[in-house]
Amino acid sequence: MSAREEAETRRDARNTWLLSAPALVILTLAAAGPLLIMLVYSFLTPGDYGNVVWKFSTDAWVGTILSKDIFDGTYSLADAHLTIFWRSVKLSLITTLFTFIVGFPTAWFIATRTARTRTALLFLITIPFWTNLLIRTFAINQIIRNEGILNTFLIYLGVIDTPLVIIYSDFAVFLGMTYVYLPLMVLPLFAAIDRFDMKLLEAAYDLYATRLQVLRKVVFPIVRPGIVAGSILVFIPSLGAYVTPRILGGGRNMMIGNFIELQFGQGRNWPLGAALSVLLLLIVAAALVVYIRATSRETSNG
Amino acid sequence: MARREFSASRIPGFPTVAILVFVALYMPILMLVIYSFNAGDSIAIWEGFSFKWYPVAWNNEQVREVTFRSLTVATMASVIATTVATMAALGTTRRRRTGGQTFIYLMINQPLMVPEIVTAVALLIFFASIKVATGYQGLGYLIAAHSAFCIPFAYLPIRARLEGMDRTLEVAASDLYATPWQAFRHVTLPLLMPGIAAGLMLAFVTSLDDVVITLFVKSAGQDTLPTYMLAQIRRSVSAEVNAISTLLLLLTVILLTAFFLLTRKRD
Repeated sequence: MSAREEAETRRDARNTWLLSAPALVILTLAAAGPLLIMLVYSFLTPGDYGNVVWKFSTDAWVGTILSKDIFDGTYSLADAHLTIFWRSVKLSLITTLFTFIVGFPTAWFIATRTARTRTALLFLITIPFWTNLLIRTFAINQIIRNEGILNTFLIYLGVIDTPLVIIYSDFAVFLGMTYVYLPLMVLPLFAAIDRFDMKLLEAAYDLYATRLQVLRKVVFPIVRPGIVAGSILVFIPSLGAYVTPRILGGGRNMMIGNFIELQFGQGRNWPLGAALSVLLLLIVAAALVVYIRATSRETSNG
Repeated sequence: MARREFSASRIPGFPTVAILVFVALYMPILMLVIYSFNAGDSIAIWEGFSFKWYPVAWNNEQVREVTFRSLTVATMASVIATTVATMAALGTTRRRRTGGQTFIYLMINQPLMVPEIVTAVALLIFFASIKVATGYQGLGYLIAAHSAFCIPFAYLPIRARLEGMDRTLEVAASDLYATPWQAFRHVTLPLLMPGIAAGLMLAFVTSLDDVVITLFVKSAGQDTLPTYMLAQIRRSVSAEVNAISTLLLLLTVILLTAFFLLTRKRD
């Protein structure tokens, strides 16, 4: 490398940092930095009226899964917490699976249309994705609530006499999350299917593979990066969901997000809330590592 | 044995599922819009067509106040986010890759990876200390938080636009004795403008839609339109919320259409 090239490389590096500095400052102050402070808070003692007392304690971390008996001081598994964790993981997994089951045929359908139809259909999928999540959840609420559109309609038709109680249940939360996160599954699946060479299907078919075999042995392995991406994109926001369980799950069907909020409200246990947030972040990080591994192996293979 | 026909576009069941998905995606939104024109109080029983909920919403002092606050925050945050994202995009594309770029890229995309509730809690903790220390309770916290999570939304379309631009015109400009600033101002910036406009729109929509982070960061009496609506949904529901939602939907669709037209590949 000549001296001139070296100087240019140095200048480029300096400009990269200088130009990125304002963005990095904002992100450090109002996004990444506070995450570290939150980590510190998870090791402090809760104050009587919220906030914290600056005294080191691991109680919050122990308290994420164990509860201390107030009389004899023994520890047992905190059933209420575990129920909430389990509900969050279960609902997120079911949502991911179901969005895949209905998202795959949809993505396939879009990818096999003519260019003009395809653009239009993609736009139709993208609009709900960018519309306010609150409004979309509210729309579902209006349909399934006891005095909602569905019940009013069914009673009018005479199918039922008393309203179906759907809202404020795990099922309602599942329904809502499937509805709001479906575009996040369809878009990466579409991107993967769009690159898929349809001639491979004919080849497999000529060799007498059944439809199911074609899907399982030819299509799925090739579009796997899209499947993994879609699953991660649905799973992560589902696990951290706050608005959807609040509007459709009511007070009793909390997910981790609502449980975290509770610690900063009535619970008055900021360290526990901080510890739960760090825990959620770790699960998300693990999911991202799985994602990066799955997709990088894919590209290195061909 | 007869040769079996095969067509990728005709896998049985797939079109049916796809059509049902599109219907299911739009049906609830459509219902929401239809019932915003309901003459009755109910959100489920149709009592005839009426525009009455729109003036009701408009004449509601509180709705006006929170709408104005939402628009203020979204405007400030999207302008700040787009400005710093444009600079960062200029700094991280079309240059020799240096070690720092991966770090910068990771930092910029961080808000997309961390669950909103986690960022919200972290900001609540951090800003609570600052509020105590400085006594400042203003909109600055909301604007700072919104600017931060809007940066990746502004950055991505600008970066995409930059990567598609070659340096020929800029080199030509400097050959004609343009100073680096002149070349940037009269060549690079105009070419980059569609990307910047697209980024600004995405950032604006993202800020306008935020519920969770706003809920945790806002001081007392600083409701934005979404947090106000969240409280309304929990209490009684009148079609007033439908009217507000419909207007918000309309705004989003207009901005998105503009975004699509701006970023459309000319083929």
